[in-house]
Amino acid sequence: MPTLVSHPDEVKVVSRRFGQGAADIDKYVELDGYKAVQEAIAKGPEWIINEMKASGLRGRGGAGFPTGMKWSFVPKQSEKPKYVLVNGDESEPGTCKDHVLFLHDPHSVIEGTMIAGLAIGSKLGFIYLRGEYRYLLKIVEKAVADAYAKGFLGKNIFGTGVDFDVITQTGAGAYEVGEESALMESLEGKRGVPRIKPPFPAVVGLYGGPTVINNAETIANAPHILLMGGEAYAKLGSERNGGTRLFGISGHVERPGVYELPMGYSLRKAIYDVAGGIKDGKKLKAIVPGGSSCPVMLPEEIDVGLDFDQMGKAGTMLGSGGIVVLDETVSIVEFALRTIAFYQHESCGWCIPCREGTDWIKKTLTRVYNGGGNKKDVDNVQYLAENMLGRTFCPLGDAAAMPTIAFVKKFRKEFEDYIAGNKAGTPIITVEQLVGAH
Amino acid sequence: MPDVKFTVDGKQLTAPAGTFLIEACKTNGIEVPAFCYYPGISLKAACRMCVVRIEKMPKLQTACTTPVSEGMVVQTETPEIAQARKATLQLLLGNHPLDCPVCDAGGECELQDMTFKYGAAESFYAEPKHHREEQKWSPVVYYDRPRCILCYRCISMCGEGMDVFALGIQARGSSSVIAPNVPAQMSPDDLAHVDCEQCGMCIDACPVGALTSGTYRYKTRPWEMNHVSTVCTHCGDGCKTTLGVRSTSDGSEIVRGDNRDKSGINNDFLCNKGRYAFDFANNETRITQPLVRQPNGELKPVSWETAFDHVGKKLRELRDTRGGKSIGVIGSNRTTNEEAYLLQKFARTVLGTNNIDHHRTADYVSFAQSLAGNTDRTASLRDTLTASAILLVGGDPTIQAPGTAWNIRTNVRNHRGRLYVANSAEIKLRRQAKSFLHLAPFGYSALASYFAGDAAAGSEAVGDTDALTTFREAIKAEENLLILIGSELRGKDLKKLIDFGLTLPGAKFALISDYANSRGAADMGLLPDLLPGYTPLAGNTTFAEYNTPAAPGLDMIEIFEAAERGDLSALYVVGSNPVSRYGIDPASLKDTFVVVQDMFLTETAVLADVILPAANLYEKSGSVTNSYGDLQLVSKAGDRAGVRTDFEMIVRIADKMGANMRELIPFGKGTRADMGQSRGVHSGEADRHAVWLAANNMEPKLSPFDPFAILDEIQRLVPGYNLLRLQLLSGNDQHLQPAASSNGLVQIGSRRDLVLPANDTLFTSGTLGRYSTMLSDLQHNESLRPPTGLTQIQPAAD
Amino acid sequence: MSEIANTIFSPELAARFDKLVTIYPLRRSALVPMLLYAQDEVGYVSDAVIAEIAERIGLLELDVRNVLSYYSMLRTKPAGKYNVQVCTNISCMLRGGYEILDHCKHKLGIGHKETTSDGVFSLEEVECIGACCWAPAIQINYDFHDDLTPEKVDVLFQMYRDGQGKDVK
Ligand SMILES: Cc1cc2nc3c(=O)[nH]c(=O)nc-3n(C[C@H](O)[C@H](O)[C@H](O)COP(=O)(O)O)c2cc1C
Ligand code: SF4
Ligand code: FES
Repeated sequence: MPTLVSHPDEVKVVSRRFGQGAADIDKYVELDGYKAVQEAIAKGPEWIINEMKASGLRGRGGAGFPTGMKWSFVPKQSEKPKYVLVNGDESEPGTCKDHVLFLHDPHSVIEGTMIAGLAIGSKLGFIYLRGEYRYLLKIVEKAVADAYAKGFLGKNIFGTGVDFDVITQTGAGAYEVGEESALMESLEGKRGVPRIKPPFPAVVGLYGGPTVINNAETIANAPHILLMGGEAYAKLGSERNGGTRLFGISGHVERPGVYELPMGYSLRKAIYDVAGGIKDGKKLKAIVPGGSSCPVMLPEEIDVGLDFDQMGKAGTMLGSGGIVVLDETVSIVEFALRTIAFYQHESCGWCIPCREGTDWIKKTLTRVYNGGGNKKDVDNVQYLAENMLGRTFCPLGDAAAMPTIAFVKKFRKEFEDYIAGNKAGTPIITVEQLVGAH
Repeated sequence: MPDVKFTVDGKQLTAPAGTFLIEACKTNGIEVPAFCYYPGISLKAACRMCVVRIEKMPKLQTACTTPVSEGMVVQTETPEIAQARKATLQLLLGNHPLDCPVCDAGGECELQDMTFKYGAAESFYAEPKHHREEQKWSPVVYYDRPRCILCYRCISMCGEGMDVFALGIQARGSSSVIAPNVPAQMSPDDLAHVDCEQCGMCIDACPVGALTSGTYRYKTRPWEMNHVSTVCTHCGDGCKTTLGVRSTSDGSEIVRGDNRDKSGINNDFLCNKGRYAFDFANNETRITQPLVRQPNGELKPVSWETAFDHVGKKLRELRDTRGGKSIGVIGSNRTTNEEAYLLQKFARTVLGTNNIDHHRTADYVSFAQSLAGNTDRTASLRDTLTASAILLVGGDPTIQAPGTAWNIRTNVRNHRGRLYVANSAEIKLRRQAKSFLHLAPFGYSALASYFAGDAAAGSEAVGDTDALTTFREAIKAEENLLILIGSELRGKDLKKLIDFGLTLPGAKFALISDYANSRGAADMGLLPDLLPGYTPLAGNTTFAEYNTPAAPGLDMIEIFEAAERGDLSALYVVGSNPVSRYGIDPASLKDTFVVVQDMFLTETAVLADVILPAANLYEKSGSVTNSYGDLQLVSKAGDRAGVRTDFEMIVRIADKMGANMRELIPFGKGTRADMGQSRGVHSGEADRHAVWLAANNMEPKLSPFDPFAILDEIQRLVPGYNLLRLQLLSGNDQHLQPAASSNGLVQIGSRRDLVLPANDTLFTSGTLGRYSTMLSDLQHNESLRPPTGLTQIQPAAD
Repeated sequence: MSEIANTIFSPELAARFDKLVTIYPLRRSALVPMLLYAQDEVGYVSDAVIAEIAERIGLLELDVRNVLSYYSMLRTKPAGKYNVQVCTNISCMLRGGYEILDHCKHKLGIGHKETTSDGVFSLEEVECIGACCWAPAIQINYDFHDDLTPEKVDVLFQMYRDGQGKDVK
């Protein structure tokens, strides 16, 4: 069971009820649960969307799209039913924040789903959890059942005449299904291959109906925003990046864990203060700041605020908020190989550049890693990655290319030295293992 | 849709709103490369080859999924784009085996062409390639995963195009494979297979050599073949097919059938028979020498001269002694119009008999009679692709006329055509139907009566008469309905249905028959009581020059009844197997002089006194008319030493009978043509030349063996066959409407029902099909099908 | 279509499936969960499972195979009673994921996607399982075990062998 951590710099909004037994519906209600949704019913969609816009909340799934705006794109009139879809596929390596959210506060996700439904005029929401989260699915299923039992879900909720249903759904192992349109395919019982866009989900989504899809954490923020007011929420964060965010700090730090920090919080402080600094007093070598797809950062680059814009300016991304810290013992060649191996394994295979590019880069880096590299390999890897970038069907190709390019560019010498026989760091993967797994 | 204006590579273009950029470019002569895009099937955007630069867009965009929009400014070939395509090709070639020298697709491979164009040949790939064994999915479909570039065209062809869904995509990422519907572990031989219609559309659509054909693989290279565009011989659709031929020691052998020329009435389509069942032509049991029965009963090979002499002399003698009325002639569903026309003219004017018929697979006589006096009421096969609504009564195009079925499915899918099906069987096309009326067995007659206004007949046609009413009302509400009719409707029933249809504004009709020239055979007058173009025998002026006997002749059945009675002195059978088809007792022909022109020793041929080895449709030139009345050019592709065209044989027999050749065939004035030397590979060219001369008002010099010599007369005399020569010769189909004129309607009511559908399955084709090894293999393959579970029906909802 | 006469599943699971296909706007949405739940009960997705699920939803078996082969948690071969899934992705790797994997291999005497001869354990190296902050982590029959050391793994295995292990299915 994941251990809860805390730090004085944390500003707890979505994590407010963590550790307080809020998975229990009565406890949740006692802690102001299901208040926001009732207020939302009373005040109507326009008010909800205005508050959401005012909150400056940006998608916590990775891309950081303004949530209020996303909701407002859904057409008011639609022949087909509209849907709310909660993305709990959480599969980006380095990310485990939704895990804690489902574990400690499942009702906030349900309530958020209802609010999104009210905002766009939908009567049915889906909460999709990755297949590996079976025990969390049970927790969410129980929460849903309890909410039905109390009349918070179903017909005539809270006696207001409004209907809303929630269906929980499980995946079965596929990173790509986290991509919004692939997730819809999966939910429709198909292979998790993304769809051609446009049309975008807000117009043609699940079952062809207009659909709002949000990350679980994004959705769970909605009730809090309505309760505290959009503006108050916005003020917690930085410019154009409202509120707080769950950051999962993992890897070589003293106190790994999921912390809720205000948007714009210093990356340096997150690593050195919040997470207790580098484990065992070692030196920092690199940071992968927002899940494995984000370009790697060097120790000298960490004086930056953790928000979408500042991280973008720093040449990387805030991503999914999973900060992975690497100490001096890590071999970047190995780390890059493990990263691309993941994308090779998870590429859906639909489009040529991603399918072949991840496969080729992985094969080349494997050969390099096993001592069979030659000088041109570094250039080749960079060439391949650069030619995948921006050319693939969905962003998974970019997610594989971006970190690869960054590793090769920022640690070029380490690759060259490695090929020449001077291996930095302490490689730990054995040949057999990597071949066996993928 | 309104047109939008946009700019591509500096050119101002317009296209209807909603057109995809890739199509708009193509229409304007700008080629955008693509692997996964294929017109008419669902969009994939998977190969990323079609990327273009669109102003104001941050990234390169795929032309295959981008609709044109007003003011759009597009670049399709910049260094940036070329680099993107080059890199994509390099990536593909990484795992692609570079076995082009032995690959079937070498020389006609889209990947090869693109690699050449973008200079991606130089490879820096140094990793081990993924390997997988090649798989034999069926006698005709092989899959080579390493060559596969995963464009998914095959899957769409099979699923969307064919409504078969035998191919899927399995695993993911670089392990992805195209998988057939019978997995290895569920198959008796532990190998994966396809359980499907074996149409080969997957192979056709494959841009590389990943899917290859059992008949063609590793046989030859594309550039070593001649490619001849002609018409498939197997069903009434008359699909355009391109035959790949190669010279052999005794002629030229057909090694491939495909649909590389997509201009035909079949559009993208070709079925398994069109694609593979050309191999009857290469069958070893083919007769290649004339055979004459000796007094001891044996068949002995003789020279052509001897054979013709014998036949000519004998027929003349029998005509002169026992009269033309004692001679019967049976024509073919698979010979050309020219041959059919010549045959009936020969029968009527040289043999002096109206005893002429053919194996009728649909009642074109009643069809023509019912439409008499109407114009523009018949539909072309092309209309099945575009009609806004189609009513299909009877028939099962999926099996009988696969090209029609393909067009209908495409229409429903891409043009939202509304299909109404009334059938006593749950035919597969009901899945595309907006409404399916399940008729009682033999309910067609009652349905026709119901449509014609007899309300009481409704309950005989279907159990649920409410459904019937709804069905009829829906049809009545349709404008420009295409009414497709199966051979179940004949005579009065057919007339009732057509009469009903004629009350609907804009309704058009077509009657489905079974062979390449079934319609042509009827149009050309292989009928005992009608001259070509359904012209009545009595009182016609059109064929006045003919000196035809005025009384109707014997029909197919009557001819054999006459033989039974000893009243048939001679029987001349051209390309037909009535003995097997009509279950004729061989003994009944014992007193008849029988001449058979055929490729094989069929049940009919073995009874003959003289057997003349015939060329088939792929070995001659001329024209055929499909079920719909679409006329097309047949071109000589294969050749076999020792056989002759039916046309030539008829001419030679007539000559030997002392007929006036100039009357029989109006060949050119002042001809220097030498009888007997115009056949062979050069004849086609000579024909074209002559026609060109004619078109330019110069004097043609044709040989009497040239089928085009008689086309003049067909054009001149046969109602409805006012075709355009240059259209024909340039390989374009044209729709003809040989409906009889309304005055002097033929009374056919007294004839018995002579329609005998071929009842072919997907893997049979009349007598001819028996000589196709590939069709036999497919039948055998079919018998190995796992009993259940794999080919259930895809519910429409998903 | 949904109620199947000779189901291969337990009455509970069959009843659950009867309901599952009805709750979505389209029956097909039940496919992925059904495959997973069937696997939990049968041990893997067998040909019989595929046939019954295809029938329940009204799909071609090919369709079911297409989908099932996409998802990495679904398997078409039996696994051990307890399926040990070791994450070696970046966060776990940095904190000893590979060491844990090596240890499991030695301890169980099997490799990736193999099963012990007694059928009790099978082993799999998997991608990130969402336990990055508590790395290194493994899952045994869906149950998470984190912050592991080889010693803790030994204790765990013993627990499962003794039948004390939790099974979250
Ligand atoms: C390959 C890929 C994987 C993704 N995985 C996830 C995921 O596991 N969870 C998630 O919330 N979003 C994921 N996303 C982002 C979603 O596509 C989508 O942007 C997000 O669910 C929108 O929600 P938000 O606006 O609340 O962030 C992924 C995107 C891509 C391209
Ligand atoms: S980039 Fe292409 S292959 Fe990769 S996951 Fe997206 S669509 Fe699939
Ligand atoms: S043709 Fe556009 S992506 Fe393949």
